[in-house]
Amino acid sequence: MENINAKYVSQKISKTRWRLVSHASLQQPDVFATGSWDNEVNKISFWSIGNHGSSDMDDGFEGDPQLLCEHKHDGDVLDLQFLDQDRIVTTSSTGAVTIFRLHQNSQTISVAQRWPRAHGFPCENAPCTGVVCSSPEIVTVGEDGKIIVFRADQEGVIRVIENADSSTIHAVTYLRTTEILTVNSIGQLKLWDFRQQSNAPSQILSLSGDRVPLHCVDRHPNQQHIVATGGQDGMLCVWDVRQGSTPFSLMEAHSAEMWEVRFHPTNPDHLFTCSEDGSLLHWETSTSSDMPSFLQGGRNNSMISRSAMAPAGGNQSLINAWLSGDSSKGRLETTHMLPSQTLSVNSLDVLGQCLVCGTDGEAIFVNRQVPV
Amino acid sequence: MWSRQSQIFLQPVMGSIWDLHGVRGTSLCTRLSTKGQTLKDQDIYSPILRKLFNESHHIFVGLQTIREDLPSKNKKNQFVSISKNYRSVIRACMEELQQVAVSTKEAAVATQYGNQVSILLAIELIWNLCEVLFIDAAPAGSLLLHLLDWVRLHKADVDEKAREVLQSESPAEHRDYWDVVVSYVLQGRLEEARQMLVKQAALQPAARSMYKLIDTLLSRMPFYNPGGNQTLTEFDVKWRHWHDEVNRCLQDNSFASNRHLEIICKILAGDEDTLLEHKELLSTWYHFLVTRLLFSHPTVKPTELHYYAQSCLTMFLDSRSVPEPLDNILLAAFEFDIHQVIKDCSIALNNWWFVAHLTDLLDHCKLLQSHNLHFGSNLREFLLLEYASGLFTHHSLWQLAVDYFDHCPEFGHVYLELQIERVPLDTERKALKVLRICDQRQMSEQVRSICKIMAMRALRNNRLGSALSWSIRAKDAAFATLISERFLQDYCTRGTFSDLDLIDNLGPAMLLSDRLTFLGKYREFHKLYGEKRFGEAAKLLLSLMTAKIAPRSFWMTLLTDALPLLEQKEVIFSADQTHELMFCLEELTSCLNASALGSPKTSQDEDIELTKVELLRLSLARNLAMAIIKEGTVEA
Repeated sequence: MENINAKYVSQKISKTRWRLVSHASLQQPDVFATGSWDNEVNKISFWSIGNHGSSDMDDGFEGDPQLLCEHKHDGDVLDLQFLDQDRIVTTSSTGAVTIFRLHQNSQTISVAQRWPRAHGFPCENAPCTGVVCSSPEIVTVGEDGKIIVFRADQEGVIRVIENADSSTIHAVTYLRTTEILTVNSIGQLKLWDFRQQSNAPSQILSLSGDRVPLHCVDRHPNQQHIVATGGQDGMLCVWDVRQGSTPFSLMEAHSAEMWEVRFHPTNPDHLFTCSEDGSLLHWETSTSSDMPSFLQGGRNNSMISRSAMAPAGGNQSLINAWLSGDSSKGRLETTHMLPSQTLSVNSLDVLGQCLVCGTDGEAIFVNRQVPV
Repeated sequence: MWSRQSQIFLQPVMGSIWDLHGVRGTSLCTRLSTKGQTLKDQDIYSPILRKLFNESHHIFVGLQTIREDLPSKNKKNQFVSISKNYRSVIRACMEELQQVAVSTKEAAVATQYGNQVSILLAIELIWNLCEVLFIDAAPAGSLLLHLLDWVRLHKADVDEKAREVLQSESPAEHRDYWDVVVSYVLQGRLEEARQMLVKQAALQPAARSMYKLIDTLLSRMPFYNPGGNQTLTEFDVKWRHWHDEVNRCLQDNSFASNRHLEIICKILAGDEDTLLEHKELLSTWYHFLVTRLLFSHPTVKPTELHYYAQSCLTMFLDSRSVPEPLDNILLAAFEFDIHQVIKDCSIALNNWWFVAHLTDLLDHCKLLQSHNLHFGSNLREFLLLEYASGLFTHHSLWQLAVDYFDHCPEFGHVYLELQIERVPLDTERKALKVLRICDQRQMSEQVRSICKIMAMRALRNNRLGSALSWSIRAKDAAFATLISERFLQDYCTRGTFSDLDLIDNLGPAMLLSDRLTFLGKYREFHKLYGEKRFGEAAKLLLSLMTAKIAPRSFWMTLLTDALPLLEQKEVIFSADQTHELMFCLEELTSCLNASALGSPKTSQDEDIELTKVELLRLSLARNLAMAIIKEGTVEA
């Protein structure tokens, strides 16, 4: 726990995201963006955690995030995502979608583009709850149950799916380049295929039993059919969207709403979740190998407690460890990443070996040595 | 520096807490709302101070969870470290405020931040003293050492001056040189004093023996070592020997020729007049007190402190000047009158933060007698409630207040119930957080009312799915019925269902209300019909009416839905089933006739109704006939 620093920033953090780093450079991320909520004047801010060229990671204080620049934001920042190196998209509780541009040289932020009432009800505002983008396309969802597709640098909207949902859509993610996945407050995952002209989802998946609202969703970075969701009851569900309409495995994760679930982008055996109950969990699974068990002895003894015995068959490596159901708890390790109970952890992001999260206690935690 | 300004005495709290003899519970609440207004000052809104509130909240929650069963020695260390945590948070905040105050160009901001720095300085001073006297509760011997640390911490300008002097070309000739040396001595930093004196000694080789003598005296002053083997009595004896030696030097006039060294020697001897001559260097009466004790009575006992404190205060202040509120607070602390300290702090400071947290910590150390105030709760709870109520008026910090209310056993729950409903709910996310707070504390009424507000809002915006999800959360059957009515109305007017994704996937939520069950089952009927599973569809339709799941108003629609089934070539409804349908129809028509007398209907409506009924009767009769034949036929 010594690697984690808290920084108090005088604003409740609703979302935090690392700035993308180019894969070729193998660098650790150094800049992240945060959005605040519940303030009279909300802000988006960019922070830097200093250079990563040096290997001097011992001194905890070096990792203290420094504020680079900030900008006023109208309404709570409900979601935030980097469009590219310099631009981020934010969604607001007023229903607006905004693209901000970070000017590296002058360390200032300016509004590049804005859609002020993208989401809305006829007589009042509808918060825009989620955004996902794959430059230049931006997809947003909101409490009005609409899905809207924008294009950066183009005025107006490209496509609107009105009444996509009769309840609030909480989060959205890309499944494939033309397909998205949304989760709503009656516990359903819906797949939408943009190649189709109809305004109906191509598939609906839901949990049998209570219709617990789902708040977050994330797709496995390599295997596009595997999706993890988290909801109001704090259960982590892993789904296979190709097969069946119910989740593959359910794990009790938190004692309150789970706000964010993220697969590690380069090491997807690791999953991170954060929740209203103030904890941030690091889930680690091990993929089964198709080596016969007797060859796994010796140096792998220390991992016996984690890895199940390898079956004799040969095709097991294709089955992802996340889908093996919760019966094999032995292959799943969970660790708390925050030193003590805090107020709700609203958001987290992980890239490389760095993890950042923001809480309702107006603190940002940065861990630069996540064991992945 | 600040004691000369009267910044500490800001607007007094409305009435002293001790004047609340006649206050009953209800009027406490109205007093709360007005108190909320006085607390809406810049204090809470300053972003730097917010860090103070958040960090101290974290420490507060950690303090409440210290286990009761630890041995008391361990607990004392923990309490001391918690106290130090609080103080370091105050210091960090102070430093940041100071930086802003110094670097800003606007005079108003600089003054405001400067004021806040002064207040925090005073708070930290008082807290530190309370930590030394009450929490650490050092016995004689260590007590003076702690007090010395306390004074040194709050008199940092000595180091600045020393730095200036040392960086000059010839330190020993700097005009502040002797001030620095004397200040060091006054603070008991004898090593540093000796190092400074060496420089002067180098310049005056003729007086070398004098400098050697003072150096010896300074080096031989005994300091009590709490961890060592020496008992207090042994230390006292040693100290007296040394003190006698110092007095001997004075009587021998060893330093007569050097005024400065003579002063230093007199200070070492504890001469009050000499000390008072250096009021400028001491700058505060409590510095004077500690110095005086250091050089005249280092084995002072805690119970003796107040006597010395009172006399020092009197001696230090001019006859004209009046003790300031801070002085009174410190004096009360030296008298170990904790309640007086808290009372005076509450009056003098316009923010409950300090007294609430300090009192809570002292209460955990079991230092407060349960001093019951007249409306039942004790002092700690009262202060925490006041502080938390103030926090609750803030648009963002209300979440912190919840934890404070949690740890007020008598009234915390009530206060929370009253306040939580006033939090504005702009987004679903915020509503969910508030609901989670209510859920965790079994505040089911508040859960219901919040869910109802959100559901009504959703309904107004035609988000039926959202509305249903809120009523499921609140287990509100009545609202679920309302939503189902809306769905059914929509169906009647439009002929199709809206929001099929919701109705098709109701799951166990269907059981929340009868109407909702009907809705689900009705949709199932439509699906069965669409899949051409007519037999099952027919059975379901009938059961909806006979099991009285369907509302009477909908029966006409259901019967009309039965028409296509009746008109099929194949016989779907059996004879018995047809009888039941007819019975339902008769029941319905008799009801309609009864109500038709009262309600005015246009002749057109009546015609439609009559036609429908006739059609139904015809179809039912035909179906009955076919069914009887079919059932009577023996298969060949």
